[in-house]
Amino acid sequence: MSDAKSQGASIVFQSVEKAFHKPDGGYVSAVSDASLTVDSGAITGIIGRSGAGKSTMLRMVNGLERPTSGQVLVGGQDVGAAQGAKLRDIRRDVGMIFQHFNLLASRTVAGNIALPLEIAGVPAAKIKTRVADLIDRVGLNTQSNNYPAELSGGQKQRVGIARALATEPKVLLSDEATSALDPETTQTVLTLLKDINRDLGLTILLITHEMAVVRDIASHVAVIEGGKIVESGKTYDVFTAPQHKTTRSFLSGVTGVTLPAFIKGRMLKSRPSGAAKEVMRVTFAGTHATDPMLALLTRDLGIEVNILAGAVEEIGIKPFGNLLVSLDADKASDARTYLEKHGLLTEVLGYVS
Amino acid sequence: MSANLISLLMEATWQTLYMVAISAVLGTIFGLPLGVFLATSQRGELLSRPVINKVLGLVVNAARSVPFIILVVAIIPFTRMIAGTSIGTTAAIVPLTIAAVPFIARLIENAIREVDSGLIEAARAMGATPLQIIRKVLIPEALPSITLGLTLAVVSLIGYSAMVGAVGGEGLGDLGIRYGYQRFMPDVMAIVVVILVVLVQLVQSVGEWIAAKVDKRAPKGRGQ
Ligand SMILES: Nc1ncnc2c1ncn2[C@@H]1O[C@H](COP(=O)(O)OP(=O)(O)OP(=O)(O)O)[C@@H](O)[C@H]1O
Ligand SMILES: [Mg+2]
Repeated sequence: MSDAKSQGASIVFQSVEKAFHKPDGGYVSAVSDASLTVDSGAITGIIGRSGAGKSTMLRMVNGLERPTSGQVLVGGQDVGAAQGAKLRDIRRDVGMIFQHFNLLASRTVAGNIALPLEIAGVPAAKIKTRVADLIDRVGLNTQSNNYPAELSGGQKQRVGIARALATEPKVLLSDEATSALDPETTQTVLTLLKDINRDLGLTILLITHEMAVVRDIASHVAVIEGGKIVESGKTYDVFTAPQHKTTRSFLSGVTGVTLPAFIKGRMLKSRPSGAAKEVMRVTFAGTHATDPMLALLTRDLGIEVNILAGAVEEIGIKPFGNLLVSLDADKASDARTYLEKHGLLTEVLGYVS
Repeated sequence: MSANLISLLMEATWQTLYMVAISAVLGTIFGLPLGVFLATSQRGELLSRPVINKVLGLVVNAARSVPFIILVVAIIPFTRMIAGTSIGTTAAIVPLTIAAVPFIARLIENAIREVDSGLIEAARAMGATPLQIIRKVLIPEALPSITLGLTLAVVSLIGYSAMVGAVGGEGLGDLGIRYGYQRFMPDVMAIVVVILVVLVQLVQSVGEWIAAKVDKRAPKGRGQ
């Protein structure tokens, strides 16, 4: 690689709106009033359902789409306002990888990685050494003369990553880069992205609909719903104290902590009269994640707790636990006070009689 | 078969090959850029020139709807201007080329449109100019279909070249008509047809062989 280590650049979305014209004359709002700051050198995930506006957000970072209003700044430069050669220069500082890889079938692995360098007008001799370095970096040494049709999905995405890094960008955008891969291959690709982020210090902005991807590599996360950013922050904070219901539903998918069907079916929103049980979520974060808090609750207050579901996860190196429990509704508020006093988070989910 | 007849057949074959080869090359020289432009100039596309696109599209359609034999006669003044004469084998190259250009342009347009739009997007994201995208992405990726399209064009030109006898163009078709039909020599007609069949087979096989050679995609049916 070259002497200059590529440095990350920050990405700032300022009240960004994006509307698309429809053939019938109306328009569809894909992103509305989105503000988000992506720290330089961090790995940030944007998560949302299909059609939430994730790709549109990402594509405004390299000017594939222009905001209808608001600004997108990459390293302080207004991408939406850039045109022609200026825009092409910015794009060379922003690499992108795709769900379906988008490799040229007519070019070998080496040829595909060389493409952005040819486009940038790099001399042939320099392209050769640079491509060799990149092939080495993504571990495709024995495949360099193979065509994409001869590669597995994971290998294709490695080519995509090498290609995206060719011009030493400051930012790497990833549009569902692992969605077409099996879980094992997904892990190897995510590990590669993490290594690249660590070694080159470049900013990575990735979009996904899988919370597991966010958990595994993103230090920051933003949740998008209906074109709006509904929640954002450090991944650990969002995982341990989700504020928005969309975030929670994504989290229940990844933590595998969902209510058993027999409880879910008869759960009530408000407390019924007579004897009832309260169902709550208890989140153990930080230093308390591994404390035997439920045992202490029983010992100190004599409250008995039924465990319905639970798991302990790791984000980065920090563990956090997630339990769904039910307990006597009369004593529930004491229990919540006790748990919160000890640094746990609680959330009432409903009641069963 | 007389030696005279054999030399006639050989000369006619050569004339056919000459007309078809030159008009195919010229047709590609003009048809390729035209086809690329048609494929990339609709509104919102790479070169986005919707008005010119529409006009050229109409011209191409008009040219393609004129039956070849009428085209040959209709453009005689133009042929004379270009070739210096309106009669003969060389002059016949003019109408053949005029017929080939819009045909090849449409074939190239279709081939280019088949290229996955994700590739254009990837190239744009790399900071490629429209011209770089055309040269480095669209044409190389469309090459297998372009090759098959040009094969089809050459086969059609072989067929068209049989009609240029009407303006004194020679070649296999003309020989077949003059000897086989007008002088009632059915064996000459049969030999002409056999030579044409062999020519078309050869062109088709070579075209398919080249197309397969340049095609690096996964074999059909095996999926990605
Ligand atoms: N070029 C376009 N023209 C018209 N509408 C568009 C266009 N691109 C996106 N949209 C619309 O904008 C909304 C957001 O689309 P976007 O592709 O950003 O969603 P997404 O979150 O990436 O979804 P997915 O997970 O399915 O990829 C959708 O309603 C979509 O139909
Ligand atoms: Mg998308």
